[in-house]
Amino acid sequence: MSQTPSKTLGKTIAEKILSAKSGADARAGDVVVCTLDHLMATDGSMPMTIDYFERMGAEEITNPERIVVALDHYSPAPNRQTATLHDQIREFCGPRNITVYKVGDGIGHQLALETGRALPGSLIIGADSHTVTCGGLNAFATGVGSSDLAAAMISGKIWLRVPETIHVELKGALTDRVHTKDVALALVGKLRADGAAYQALEFDGPAVKSMTVDDRALLANLSVEMGAKCGIFPSDEVTTSYLEERTAESGDPTGADSDAVYSRMVTLDLSGIAPQIAMPHRVDNVVPITDVDEVPIHMVYIGTCAGGRTSDLHEALEILRTGSGIASGTQAIFTPASRSILKDVSSDGSLAEFIGMGGIVQTAGCGSCCGTCGAIPGDGVNVISTANRNFKGRMGNANASIYLASPASCAAAALSGRITDPRDVT
Amino acid sequence: MSEIAIQGRARILGDDINTDYIISSRRKRDSLDPEVLRAYLLESLDPDFAASVKPGDLLVAGKNFGCGSAMEVAATVVIGAGIHAVLAKSFSRTYFRNAINNGLLPVICDTDQIAEGDTLSIHLNTEFNVRNESKNQELTADPLSPVVRSIVMAGGLVPCFREHGGFPAL
Ligand code: SF4
Repeated sequence: MSQTPSKTLGKTIAEKILSAKSGADARAGDVVVCTLDHLMATDGSMPMTIDYFERMGAEEITNPERIVVALDHYSPAPNRQTATLHDQIREFCGPRNITVYKVGDGIGHQLALETGRALPGSLIIGADSHTVTCGGLNAFATGVGSSDLAAAMISGKIWLRVPETIHVELKGALTDRVHTKDVALALVGKLRADGAAYQALEFDGPAVKSMTVDDRALLANLSVEMGAKCGIFPSDEVTTSYLEERTAESGDPTGADSDAVYSRMVTLDLSGIAPQIAMPHRVDNVVPITDVDEVPIHMVYIGTCAGGRTSDLHEALEILRTGSGIASGTQAIFTPASRSILKDVSSDGSLAEFIGMGGIVQTAGCGSCCGTCGAIPGDGVNVISTANRNFKGRMGNANASIYLASPASCAAAALSGRITDPRDVT
Repeated sequence: MSEIAIQGRARILGDDINTDYIISSRRKRDSLDPEVLRAYLLESLDPDFAASVKPGDLLVAGKNFGCGSAMEVAATVVIGAGIHAVLAKSFSRTYFRNAINNGLLPVICDTDQIAEGDTLSIHLNTEFNVRNESKNQELTADPLSPVVRSIVMAGGLVPCFREHGGFPAL
C-alpha cells in the first residue's frame, strides 16, 4: 500500500473549509485560490495596505462590506504621526464603505468574535498575525501582511497553501487556579516556536466541550506562537449559543472526517498541568511556575487579545481579593480587549473593585502589548503579563524583561510583588 | 524578469529571529519609511548592527526567520537597508509571503556552514543555484512553488498586479 494519502480519505477541518472556499478538492500541500468571507486590518497594518493598494493601480474594491479596520494598536494615538495615520485610514475607508471601528472599540480579533463576523466554517484573513484567534469559533483564520491584504481587497481572494494539520486532543479537567493560559503555554513549550510552522492546529477531545469561547479564542490565539497558520476548534453548542447572542448568522459549522489524515497527534491531559510561565525573552521558554526562583515583579499586565477578556479580569480578581492589596512598588494594569468587555466589567462591579485596589485601567485596544501606546516598562523592570509575546523590547523597552502567565499567576504576583504560584495564595 | 542573480556578503543571525527584533513595533509609530527605519534594523538584538550593514549584504539565519508579528515593515526595512535576499533554514509563513510580495528573495537552505562575511551567490531561473563562493560549496535550496515563483519573477505583488490585474494564473 502506498504511504501517500489516497484521495478517498477524509479531510481535516482546514481541508474542508479550504475546499469549500476554493471549489477544489483541497488537500494538504495543494495551493488553492479561495474566496474570503472577512478581511481585517489594523491601524498598524492598514497604512501600508493603502499604499500597496494605490501602487497596485486598482480602483475597485471587491465586497467592501466584508472588510473592517480596527484602530487598536494606537488606541488612543500616542503622537501626531499615529493620529495622522488614523485620519488617513478614515479618509480612505469612508468613501469606499469599509467599516472603521472607533478608537476604544477594541482589538480587531476580539471585535471579529463579538460582532458575528467570525463564523463557523468561514475563511478570514487579517493583516495581523493574531487573526488566528477567530479559530475559536470554527473559522479558518490566518494572518497576512499588508500587501496580501491589499491584493485580497482588490480581488476578494487569496492564494493559500493547504496546511497539514496537527491534531491536539485536550482531555481531563483543569485543577484549581490553573487556567487555559497554562494549557496554551504548556503546548507552546511542548511544540516550540516553530513546531507547527505552516500547519493547522485542530483542537479536539472531551475537554473542549467545557471550554468557553474565551478559552478557545485564547488557545487559537497562541497557535501562531508555534508558527501555525491557524488553530481551529470544532463548532458545538458553546459556539452556537455564543453566536445566538450576537448575530442572526450561523455560518457553516465544519467538523473533520473521522478518517482525516493528520501530520501529528498530540494529547494534553489538563488535570496534570500546573501553572506555567514563559521566561524572557521567548514564548516557548516555558517552565512550571514552581521552578522559578525569587523574581521581583514591578509591573503586572492584564490585557491583549490573549488575556484582556472579562473572564481574565474575573480570574485575577478572585486571587486579588484574598490579599490585602497590590504590593507597593508594583503597578497592576488592565487593558480590556474591547469596549463591550469594558462595559461588562463596569456593570458587574469588577472594574471598580480593581481600581479600588490600586489598579490602573487603559483604553480598550492593544494597550501596552507591543509598546505602541499605553504604559511602557522602565529599565530593569520585570513584567508579568497575560499577553502572547515576551520578546526583548516587545513592550517598548529592550531593557525590561517580560514573563507570560495566566491572569491568576499575574494576580498572585501583584499581591506579593514577586512571581508566585497562585495555588500558594490563601 | 526571467532570471535573478544576487551576490553579497553573509551576515549571520540565529534561530527564531522575530519581526519585533528585525524592526521594533515602537519605531513604526514615527515612520513607515524604510529609509528612516533602516537605522533601527535589528536594534533590540544588536544596536550596532544597522550601521554595519553595507548595501548588497545578505542575511543568513537559522530556523523560523521572521516569526511573530506579520508586520510588513519587517520585510521592507530589510530591502531599505540594501539587502536583496535572506537565507534561512526556515521562515515563518507570514515573513515568507511578505518577502516574496516585496521582491525580497527568501532562500530556504541549510545555513549551518555559512560563516560571517562569506561571499554568497544566488541564481534563480527555473531552479535555484546557491553557492558559498568563499568555501566553494554548493547549497541546495528548496524550490519555489509555481505561484510564488511567478510573483518573484514579476518583482513582487505590486508589479504582478499591475501587469496581470491580479494574481498570476495558477
Ligand atoms: S493585543 Fe498585542 S498581540 Fe493582540 S493584536 Fe494587539 S498588539 Fe497584536
